[in-house]
Amino acid sequence: MSKERIGVYVCHCGTNIAGVVDVEEVAQWAAGRLKDRGVVIARDYKFMCSSLGQEMIAKDIHELGLTRVVVAACSPHLHEQTFRTACKRGGLNPYLCELVSIREQVSWVHTNKIAATYKAEAVVSGGVERVLQQVPLEPLHVPIHPATLVVGGGIAGIQAALEIADAGYHVYLVEREPSIGGHMAQFDKTFPTLDCAACILTPKMVSIGTHPNVTMLTWSEVERVDGYVGNFTVTVRKKARYVNTELCTGCGICQEKCPKKVVDDIFEAGLGYRKAVYTPFPQAVPKFPVIDRDNCIYYEKGTCRACEKLCPTGAIEFNQKDEILTLQVGNIVLATGYDLFDPRRNPHYGYGRLANVFTSLEFERLSNAAGPTDGKLVLRDGITEPRTVGIIHCVGSRDRYFNNYCSAICCMQSLKFAHLLKEHTGATVYNFYIDMRTPAKAYDEFYQRVLSEGVLFVRGRVAEVTDAARLRGEEGKLIIQVEDTLAGKQRRIPVDMVVLAAGLQPRHDAKDVAKLFGISCSSDGWLTERHPKLDPVATMTEGIFIAGCVQGPKDIPASVAQGAAASARILGRIHQGEIALEPIRASVDADKCSGCRICNDLCPFNAITFHADRMVTEINPALCQGCGTCVAACPAAAISGTMFSNEQILAQIEGLLLLNLNPERAVTYASEAVAA
Amino acid sequence: MTEAFEPVIVGFTCNWCSYRAADLAGTARIKYPPNIRLIRLMCSGRLDPTFVFKAFSSGADGVMITGCHPGECHYVEQNYKAMRRFILLQRTLAQFGIEPRRVRLVWASAAEGHRLAEEITNMVEEVRQLGPLNWPTAPDGVQVTRSVEAI
Repeated sequence: MSKERIGVYVCHCGTNIAGVVDVEEVAQWAAGRLKDRGVVIARDYKFMCSSLGQEMIAKDIHELGLTRVVVAACSPHLHEQTFRTACKRGGLNPYLCELVSIREQVSWVHTNKIAATYKAEAVVSGGVERVLQQVPLEPLHVPIHPATLVVGGGIAGIQAALEIADAGYHVYLVEREPSIGGHMAQFDKTFPTLDCAACILTPKMVSIGTHPNVTMLTWSEVERVDGYVGNFTVTVRKKARYVNTELCTGCGICQEKCPKKVVDDIFEAGLGYRKAVYTPFPQAVPKFPVIDRDNCIYYEKGTCRACEKLCPTGAIEFNQKDEILTLQVGNIVLATGYDLFDPRRNPHYGYGRLANVFTSLEFERLSNAAGPTDGKLVLRDGITEPRTVGIIHCVGSRDRYFNNYCSAICCMQSLKFAHLLKEHTGATVYNFYIDMRTPAKAYDEFYQRVLSEGVLFVRGRVAEVTDAARLRGEEGKLIIQVEDTLAGKQRRIPVDMVVLAAGLQPRHDAKDVAKLFGISCSSDGWLTERHPKLDPVATMTEGIFIAGCVQGPKDIPASVAQGAAASARILGRIHQGEIALEPIRASVDADKCSGCRICNDLCPFNAITFHADRMVTEINPALCQGCGTCVAACPAAAISGTMFSNEQILAQIEGLLLLNLNPERAVTYASEAVAA
Repeated sequence: MTEAFEPVIVGFTCNWCSYRAADLAGTARIKYPPNIRLIRLMCSGRLDPTFVFKAFSSGADGVMITGCHPGECHYVEQNYKAMRRFILLQRTLAQFGIEPRRVRLVWASAAEGHRLAEEITNMVEEVRQLGPLNWPTAPDGVQVTRSVEAI
């Protein structure tokens, strides 16, 4: 008979669990069969996580003198904290509560009711054995360094950085490009209000550049991240600009005089030129240019030096070296944005082959007053205004050959293009769509407005864009071949210009970023949030937050909201000054340690040190992350890990398999295996 | 044992990837056979081979070890250590007379609920074909189980 007094609580979760698992039976079985293991009470309840359910646990701890609690409900990732808090309210050490999952791991994945009930009982039994071996613990409190790192200087990163800086805390903003601004800086108008992107973005960029609490690190990349929440050490490579920013006044003479013209693939989307020494756009923040080493004549041939000769302040430094900076921060926001789907991957639409097929980003640059055509909407020749334009939606999105997801912004962006075309050129505009998706505030009103402006809509996925004329009137045009699914017929529509509403994709190096910061990606490659609904900006790694398109396709308002949300989460932490962490740590029993040093090379966090004088190994609890690899490796069982000790796991295995030894309960459920 | 044999499999999951994959399989209502019972570890690197011996000696017919994909470990590289141990483990089990196919190493990221469910289904089928774990008995009739437990 166990000396512990255990309470077992089985949740119905409405019908989520009770619909498949016979919860009353599980509770009764635990009360009877596990009585000699110390179970003194077993109850089932409709919603264990409700305040009534939690009160029930707290009350039982008081009245029945429970010393351990097992809750059989949903995943510990959802409600472990809830039930620990309930136990704490009842006066029990919160770590003496074990939550076992009979929803995600039983009722939601199995259909055979008998087998599911049987498995739920096994899972409860495993939990009871495990909790018997649990010891009371206290959470680890670690201080939070008040500085924050924001990676990515697009609108989401800018918003996050400004919120934190305005609250009085320091922010490091790291941006890979020479200027902050991101994709938004490339746009002309923003839907649905059509206010100009530069008018609303540049003031924010200037605030970042002049804010006393912001250290802006453009033309820089994060190389290494060490440490943990509250105490990250981040290594940043500040690439050589070859321009001394102390001396540079941003006058622009170097850019004017540089003889080397380079096609600007990034900011101008390949439509315009920049020089080898450049700022991406006139309103760039910071105003300092960079020298593009790969294209600079001096680095190629050793001569030229025009910029150096003509710089009035002598700011050009050809021998500048990359700088490696080490930053101390408490929290990190990743706002690294998206890449545009490359429409060359879908050759049917002719992008890259047919001159007058444009991507949406190219069109943004065309329509931008500061763009390569000064805002004139013209064909690739640079002069001809189109008289008919076809805008093709869902290029690379909602397509099983490329990306299954909806890119969220393209419908509204296409409507914006249609409106701009009507306004500036009066052209006939066709939209080829699968479904129109205009769900946010004032979006559908904008759709109605564009409809009333006489823009034409054809429902159907375009099969092909071709320049092979077959019918009269098609000569010299691009012909869009489409099945009009509302009219129920094939159509060939000749146009002068085609705009491909290319979808959004995770950055080509999103996986590397995820790995660098120790977080995970979804199967599409977007970074994964802690909870898709209730915790959209936190990640599974404490102290790392995500904002904007790095988490999934979204428009500007949603990116700004996420940037602000991430900063709110971080500010809360900084205000508290410390954070409570799970006390999952390994420690060495010096009496048992033989000094064999097998564990010494196993720790990737350098938490293990060997003391040669005493011939024992020691683990630094501040550096230990609790993976338990050293615990598993120690041949003398001198290392133990809290919350996942050998005793607990071995006991849980025994508990899980207890029912096997009970032949009258054996059931067959081959039928389900077939169904599965 | 003439009726359909229902194997019991113990699955070890990593808190960051495969346990979440199991959660995801649940949330997405992906079905798999109820023969598997999961244990959460912080990392596949935590898997002490003793746990596997313990599972077999306590009546499991198979053991599935799961973790993050190589290169995606939450603890940088500990799943590689699990991989090395796994190879040694298979060899040791063979020496005990346990078919190496009764242990399986599966990588499943937090997004791969489908993959995990599929692997579980496959493994249950494979162990069903292998039949119940038959412990060899020593000459004097004593079950080897005891000696395994002593390890």
